[in-house]
Amino acid sequence: MCDTCGCNDPNAGVSYHKPGEEHTHEHSHEHGHEHHYSHEHEHHHGDEHHSHHHEHSYSHEHSHDGHTHNHDHNHEHTDHSYQHEHTHEKEFKIEHDILNKNNMLAERNRGYFEAKKIKAINLVSSPGSGKTTLLEKTIAAQKDKLSFFVIEGDQQTMNDADRIHATRVPVIQINTGSGCHLDAEMINKAVKQLDVSDNSILLIENVGNLVCPAMFDLGESHRVVVISVTEGDDKPLKYPHMFHSSDICIINKTDLLPYVDFNVEKAKEYALRINHHLEFFELSAKTGQGMDAWYAWLKKNMG
Amino acid sequence: MICWQGNNYRESVKIYSMHELSIATSIIEFAEEFATEHKTEKIKRIELEVGQLSGVVTESLKFALELAVKDTVLESTEIIINEVTGKSICNNCNKEFENPDWYTPCPACQSIDSEIVSGKELHIKSIITG
Repeated sequence: MCDTCGCNDPNAGVSYHKPGEEHTHEHSHEHGHEHHYSHEHEHHHGDEHHSHHHEHSYSHEHSHDGHTHNHDHNHEHTDHSYQHEHTHEKEFKIEHDILNKNNMLAERNRGYFEAKKIKAINLVSSPGSGKTTLLEKTIAAQKDKLSFFVIEGDQQTMNDADRIHATRVPVIQINTGSGCHLDAEMINKAVKQLDVSDNSILLIENVGNLVCPAMFDLGESHRVVVISVTEGDDKPLKYPHMFHSSDICIINKTDLLPYVDFNVEKAKEYALRINHHLEFFELSAKTGQGMDAWYAWLKKNMG
Repeated sequence: MICWQGNNYRESVKIYSMHELSIATSIIEFAEEFATEHKTEKIKRIELEVGQLSGVVTESLKFALELAVKDTVLESTEIIINEVTGKSICNNCNKEFENPDWYTPCPACQSIDSEIVSGKELHIKSIITG
């Protein structure tokens, strides 16, 4: 619960926190109270002066050619009961893209990133595939050569942001509350708070979920889907939308291959069936095996 | 993806998470704006187009809409969802074929090198007022 406003409605939703800062979420959410007011006001017409209530019951004075008369009148608009026997059906052809709002905002983010030469990378996967470890190791190994900023997305907790904070790069945690994905608006707000420098890499760790984040463009330059060998090698066939919308596929935890049934070639073949443009990296973020190729890709794409 | 946490539907609409709910909310927002703009309180029918490859499960969207329209301009509106078949065109032999699951190879030459030409739609097609 937020200490400043006391909000704890799950619908109030998204909050943004930086490690070490007490309270960074915005107070733009609506509170469910209404304001009822009735008011009186006075105004002047020429030299005349009258006051009236807003219920159309007024009395006023005015003068004509030297004589004065008063008249009061009250009128209430009661019961205009019109019976419409006929209907006014009207069809509007629309063709409105339902994701339009997110897509427009994503394009705004993309333009901002391009102008500042920021490479935004959206990392998506199921929970537990090793995204945070991959980021920790990447940052630790490359932060002397590349400038990193990180946005962490989870429904709850600061755990991932705290892990990234320990690597001493700027990070902000988005807690989506009940939300199952990050969207372009959240990134827009988070980037403003994070104050990302020019010529840097913005790593966005999406909510662990192979379904929903696929639909929401964040304005990223690249989308990276991570699968680990402890999952099934048919994951690309089960979650095609995510693999279709990604540019890079990282197969993580390859140090565990001797102990599991995961067939790397099969997984790659399945993923290529969905998206033949996919580029693969096989690595173990834990042992460092295969990480050099990934670093080389990051470096190349910063150019 | 539907993650139920509540004991009943009304409660759950607040706290469950699935992207179809975001989609339903976007549809309602658009309809509310439309109604204000056209000075109408009654939307009789709204027609949606949902592609097989759009990432939206039609059944989940219907369900999310049912819950989310309460107290909105769409509360008693007839909602029609037209599904659009996924189709691809083969980069190898140019054949157009049905691809409802993203990974159907070209039936003519078996190539997996193809581009999707329809099925990703997620549109509001029309609104009938009155």
